[in-house]
Amino acid sequence: MRHIISVLLENEAGALSRVAGLFSARGFNIESLTVAATNDSTLSRMTIVSIGDDGIIEQIVKQLNKLIDVVKVTDLTATEHIERELLLVKVNVNQQTQADIDKQIDVFSCKIVDVSEDTYTIEMAGKSQKISDFLESLGASKILEVSRTGVTGVCMKREN
Amino acid sequence: MKLNGAQILINSLKSEGVKYIFGYPGGAVLHIYDALNACNEIEHILVRHEQGATHAADGYARVSGKCGVTLVTSGPGITNAVTGIATAYMDSIPMVIISGQVPSALIGNDAFQEVDAVGITRSCVKHNFLIKDINQITNTIKKAFHIATTGRPGPVLIDIPKDITIATIESKPYPNSVKMRSYQIPSRADSAQINTAVDLIASAKRPIIYSGGGCIIGNADFELRAFTRQLGFPITQTLMGLGAYPATDKQSLGMLGMHGTYEANMAMHGADCVIALGVRFDDRVTANVDKFCPDAKIIHIDIDPSSIAKNVSVDIAIVGDVKSVLNDLIIKMKTKSIQDISFWWSQIDQWRSIDSLAYQNKSGVIKPQTVIETLYEVTKGNAIVASDVGQHQMWAAQYYQFDQPRRWISSGGLGTMGFGLPAAMGAKLAKPELDVACITSEGSIQMMTQELSTMLQYATPVKIVNLNNGYLGMVRQWQEFFYDKRYSMSYMDALPDFVKLSESYGHIGIKVEKELDLKPALIEAFKQKDRTVFLDILTDPTENVFPMIPSGAGHHEMLLTGRDEMTSTNDEGLNLV
Ligand SMILES: Cc1ncc(C[n+]2csc(CCOP(=O)(O)OP(=O)(O)O)c2C)c(N)n1
Ligand SMILES: [Mg+2]
Repeated sequence: MRHIISVLLENEAGALSRVAGLFSARGFNIESLTVAATNDSTLSRMTIVSIGDDGIIEQIVKQLNKLIDVVKVTDLTATEHIERELLLVKVNVNQQTQADIDKQIDVFSCKIVDVSEDTYTIEMAGKSQKISDFLESLGASKILEVSRTGVTGVCMKREN
Repeated sequence: MKLNGAQILINSLKSEGVKYIFGYPGGAVLHIYDALNACNEIEHILVRHEQGATHAADGYARVSGKCGVTLVTSGPGITNAVTGIATAYMDSIPMVIISGQVPSALIGNDAFQEVDAVGITRSCVKHNFLIKDINQITNTIKKAFHIATTGRPGPVLIDIPKDITIATIESKPYPNSVKMRSYQIPSRADSAQINTAVDLIASAKRPIIYSGGGCIIGNADFELRAFTRQLGFPITQTLMGLGAYPATDKQSLGMLGMHGTYEANMAMHGADCVIALGVRFDDRVTANVDKFCPDAKIIHIDIDPSSIAKNVSVDIAIVGDVKSVLNDLIIKMKTKSIQDISFWWSQIDQWRSIDSLAYQNKSGVIKPQTVIETLYEVTKGNAIVASDVGQHQMWAAQYYQFDQPRRWISSGGLGTMGFGLPAAMGAKLAKPELDVACITSEGSIQMMTQELSTMLQYATPVKIVNLNNGYLGMVRQWQEFFYDKRYSMSYMDALPDFVKLSESYGHIGIKVEKELDLKPALIEAFKQKDRTVFLDILTDPTENVFPMIPSGAGHHEMLLTGRDEMTSTNDEGLNLV
């Protein structure tokens, strides 16, 4: 199953490689990983999406907790949470494709953030699945370049 | 007063009560060595190879229960130390390793003797630090010792660039304590879980206690004995746990696992309740996990939450310090009545009567098992025994009866050949009043012979018991069983004359070729209180370690001595090696 794991860790040099190293050393998979400082500049928030059965996810959470730099680990999937991912996609626009692209942009409520002679750069934020759906509806032939941030998320309850 | 970084570092180690540093100098640590030169409180042991330094610090830590300390230079200094760091990591041994680094300004430039020490060691340390500012030295050292010695212990590396050892600041007092929001040692175990465990223990009809290295590291031997005796349950110990409960006690079934006793493994297989104390269900212990303890409810007590349900799922998990959990259990079990388990004991006695450690004497050759039994007799079971890795290690674990903790020093997790000799040296420094033996074989000993020189310099007398079978015996055994006796590279020709070798290092060498000479030679060796004696004992080159669970089999599928059956291990089994 797909899990979103949120990790609060010391904003120290090397903390990211400790986490990445842990995943590769123990053979855990990483679908996506995002990291940035929080409002407290001494702490970073890392959001990891991983796929594994319950036993593997339990080990991931425990092993992350064992890292000295890690302050707190939450499996967001186990609680009510909000997940978002940001997409920037550059598409090829011409007379044949424009109407369809405009329609998809409208349907998925995305934003055109840059226009050139024959391209659009489109921005979209949403659940990963929705982003994948959008990309699919555009069709591979129109897509020139895709950049996705990977998932970030928060737990909806106060204590987290 | 203004001090340089090196002086602050040495003062910090003094404040930590460090008595010995095992190390080797080089360019990046010259300032540290200069500061050490002016320090009388710490003795530096100049090893002959940095791997020896880490193993010696490790042996010192295992015997003393204190943190071992190693100091090495950058580049090849730290890479040489990595094997010893990984060895300590696998066995949860507290150690602080200080490595010099090239000056801060050169880091990342492929400078002379630069390696990414923090990167290289990341996966085999509990934690590591790169000091970037002279003001961080004291705090970092305080943290390093705190992390290395608390919770589940382990090695911690501090990488310190040369410029930081040279810079000066006004000296400040060493911190008394350290607070880390991201590192908390498990507090008291959950009492609801303990109560469930108590109920399960009280209802058990075929219980067994399975205890490990955690009971030694956690200094829980006293509680383990009290608990086991209070209940009257059988107990089996892992390779790492030997000595926490006395091997000669009637409740002890000996070691379990691949080369454990028949009764220990059969009892594990037949048990309805397994009380696992400070263990990690290592694959050498569980054998095939699919066949592991099929009828048992398992209670697992360990300080490391990640050890729980890692290899085997358990019914009751108690995260906590094994000593304090045992104390709780002892008190709670006092008011509980337990089942009559005399039927279980009679079953166990039947398994015991098979005498799985019996071996056949052959005239004209010395049996390795006899050597260990004689060593046990001559030392009255009181020696510290450090081992290398191979068949001799298993025989030592099987035939030397450890009645006390911190007497058996062996690389269990990593299985590092070369560990024995330097570890024995560290052990001797930790407990000079005890006899120390190093049980080894011609393969392993040659990985660290250079430390014989260190042992002369620092007068650390050790009795080296070399079970010279002329083979990488453990490899030969597997080739005999599973590779149709194709002995690929397991025979080592051109061995040195170990007697002359040890004499040239200033020690005593004795060659033993006949069984008749064995006991007198051992007695003579241990009479030489102040000398290191190398006993080169020619043992049966064809002997194998039994009993044995072939790979892929379960605890109940042990082979006693029927060698023919060995070929029954299939490819799937060999994969599990
Ligand atoms: C550093 C290292 N290299 C290789 C091995 C693999 N290995 C395990 S046991 C063994 C043979 C050990 O031979 P020896 O020291 O002569 O002991 P014996 O089995 O003969 O008692 C080897 C090569 C190891 N454990 N450690
Ligand atoms: Mg050998």
